[in-house]
Amino acid sequence: MRQRLALFAPLMLFVAVAPFLWLALDRDPNELPSARIGEEFPEFSLADLNDPQQLLSAADLRGEVALVNVWATWCYACSIEHAMLNELASLGVKIIGLNYKDNRDEATRWLQHLGDPYAFSIFDASGSLGIDLGVYGAPETYLLDAEGIIRHRRVGILDQRSWQREFAQRYQTLASSNVD
Amino acid sequence: MGWEVIISPEFGHVALIIALCLAVIQSSIPLLGSYVGIQRWMELAKSLAIGHFVFVAVAFVCLVTAFLQDDFSLRYVVHNSNQLLPIRYKFSAVWSAHEGSLLLWALVLAGWTAAVAIYSRSLPLVFTSRVLSILGMIAVGFGLFLLLTSNPFERTLPFPPVNGSDLNPLLQDIGLILHPPMLYMGYVGLSVPFAFAIAALLEGQFDSAWARWCRPWVNVAWVFLTIGITLGSWWAYYELGWGGWWFWDPVENASFMPWLVATALVHSIAATEKRGVFRSWTLLLAIFAFSLSLLGTFLVRSGVLTSVHAFASDPERGLFILVFLSLVIGSSLLLFAFRGPAIHAKSTYTGAAREIMILINNLILVTAMAMILIGTLYPLVADALQLGKISVGPPYFNFFFVPLSFALLVCLGVAASSRWQHTASAAVIQHARWPAAFSVSLGMLLPIPLAVWFDSPGYSMAAALTIIAVLWVVAMSLQDLRVKMNTAPLARLSASYWGMLLAHSGIALCALGVGLSSVYDSQRDMRMEPGDSVLVAGYTFEFKTVSEIQETNYRATRALVSVTQQGRPVAELSPEKRYYQSGGQVMTEASIDGGLLRDLYVALGEPLRGDSWGMRVQVKPFVRCIWLGGLLIGIGGLVAVADKRYRRRRKTLDTAVNSLTEPQLEQSR
Repeated sequence: MRQRLALFAPLMLFVAVAPFLWLALDRDPNELPSARIGEEFPEFSLADLNDPQQLLSAADLRGEVALVNVWATWCYACSIEHAMLNELASLGVKIIGLNYKDNRDEATRWLQHLGDPYAFSIFDASGSLGIDLGVYGAPETYLLDAEGIIRHRRVGILDQRSWQREFAQRYQTLASSNVD
Repeated sequence: MGWEVIISPEFGHVALIIALCLAVIQSSIPLLGSYVGIQRWMELAKSLAIGHFVFVAVAFVCLVTAFLQDDFSLRYVVHNSNQLLPIRYKFSAVWSAHEGSLLLWALVLAGWTAAVAIYSRSLPLVFTSRVLSILGMIAVGFGLFLLLTSNPFERTLPFPPVNGSDLNPLLQDIGLILHPPMLYMGYVGLSVPFAFAIAALLEGQFDSAWARWCRPWVNVAWVFLTIGITLGSWWAYYELGWGGWWFWDPVENASFMPWLVATALVHSIAATEKRGVFRSWTLLLAIFAFSLSLLGTFLVRSGVLTSVHAFASDPERGLFILVFLSLVIGSSLLLFAFRGPAIHAKSTYTGAAREIMILINNLILVTAMAMILIGTLYPLVADALQLGKISVGPPYFNFFFVPLSFALLVCLGVAASSRWQHTASAAVIQHARWPAAFSVSLGMLLPIPLAVWFDSPGYSMAAALTIIAVLWVVAMSLQDLRVKMNTAPLARLSASYWGMLLAHSGIALCALGVGLSSVYDSQRDMRMEPGDSVLVAGYTFEFKTVSEIQETNYRATRALVSVTQQGRPVAELSPEKRYYQSGGQVMTEASIDGGLLRDLYVALGEPLRGDSWGMRVQVKPFVRCIWLGGLLIGIGGLVAVADKRYRRRRKTLDTAVNSLTEPQLEQSR
């Protein structure tokens, strides 16, 4: 009898593992919690990508609900994401670019070529703001409220699905409360 | 017009539906026939299997045609091809993404099933019809998956785009033409031993004859899997531009786990065939090998894990595979639990008998598989239990895998000289004296000249251990060959013996490559301007010029780097940075000068200020041995399959078994 019971062991093992596979389906591995959620966007003083004379700071991010999108020309995934950003911008979503560890000429050429969805882009060649912000890698997208407080973070490509699941609702509530 | 109309996507779609219908019949009628004893129903299985294959092949040809003709009315073609794409890549683009690779999967499964139908004439009809029915069930699962969630024949009508968005440049490579079909041949090939195992469980008969029928199928599937993984690793090495050859990526693990279990199966089924031992274990391995390839499909296709193989993923597809996977694994393990042969505690083998060595081999391989499985699934489990997001990296895998591989090599040496049933430990020690002395002394000495040669600081113990283990395996195998030659001439040794020797040497060669390339690898990342040179591991790399070139589907910046060793020219390398026009992607194309003893590897990084460029220069000793070893393992497997004894018709036995109908079989048990 004991020996026959041993034959059930592989089945038990599978039954134990299977629910986790099922739970995993509902989770997105690119959704990472950020230690900065609920905090203000870190202070910085960096040049505008398109206008090197223009200095930008955290104050420039306040006033309106906005997305901050970390991008770079060396980032293959960013080129996939770009169409989605263009679409969001055309719908009136304010997107601020954080051009991360990149080359200024190539970055401007890229925007000329693929379209510029950004209200403006912060040029962070050394990646110092990226470090303060805790950027894992490009692309990443942060949702900021009108006070410049980080409300949500996504690591990885922002597409139709992730917008609907993670951003749309939050964006709507923040935007409408801002109007009131 | 004419032929384009006949080979239209709609025709492919219909062919796929017909194939599914045939599979539904194949999965039910012959199985039913085998229980109620209607011979004609059972005989139906073979023609159905071949018909199914023909229709899936038609669907596949239709999709290939759509790609070759730039039919951008198909969504799948739009996403993965482009008019500018060279014709060979239009062909391989067919299986470059989800839908097409599933169709390839279905084609390969249909091919294996048809092969079983054709080459199983000497097997009892009851048994074959059940095997084919089970393969039919798997075909139904994948057919439904294709048609319901991932139809490659979906149109973009009424407004098809003028041009496609191009194939991912990473995949525009000879490696992609070969790697997936090989890997799928292996993955899906494991469904055959799986079906054999389930049929045996249904019948309650798992004797040496069963093992002998099943064994060539196991070996062939395993050979394809071996070659597929080897090709994948080679492709990652020269195409991904990182200079690594194995990343412990979830998708790589997904192919490596079935390989480990299939390797265990190759050995345990040998023991089952020759000695009738480990029967339940062999059945379990056959079930697990295929279950792991399904699990791999789930992990890759559902997008539950992050991976460098960033396939478009979809939770709906994930759910479908998960349900299918649970049905297949759950029901087969349930069957195993109720019908599996009871485990006998008494052992009839002693000392360092081959049975014991195979048991150790299986324990090591299965432990390695379990470690990799835990490492791969742990992030999922941790996330579900709210322990936070965790990723398990190479340190974990190497920590377990390196010592296990070392233990495996040491045991492999001993196993080479073991005999079935009884091998006195004293005899093994006697036998091993010279190989041990030889491998340890040479292994301790060789790292000294190697360190000088590759300009490496100090004596490496890891290199010494690697060389000792590798020489030990080779010396013990040769020692055994010498003993065998004393009793029989070389020509009398069986093909399976030669196959075993080759495969074991392949493992040794592969281990040599892995060990030495990890120890003596030198890498420099630096900024270089034309005219600069750098000394790496005794080689001088001089950055000469940069030039712009234009190809049909991309333009590139190409650097010219000449390599000299003590003033003697060694190689001219030309790494590229490519810009693919249609998709706007940038790719790094490394340039490699290959050799048996070392690879010189240069990759062009980012353009920096002025004329200077980021450059990665690597010297990788013995890295080719890894893939040569993999190839040798595969060749060894093929030689073993060619053994005469699998082709011998067992007339007397077959006619006897064939004449028994099911009730009689029932009684005879």
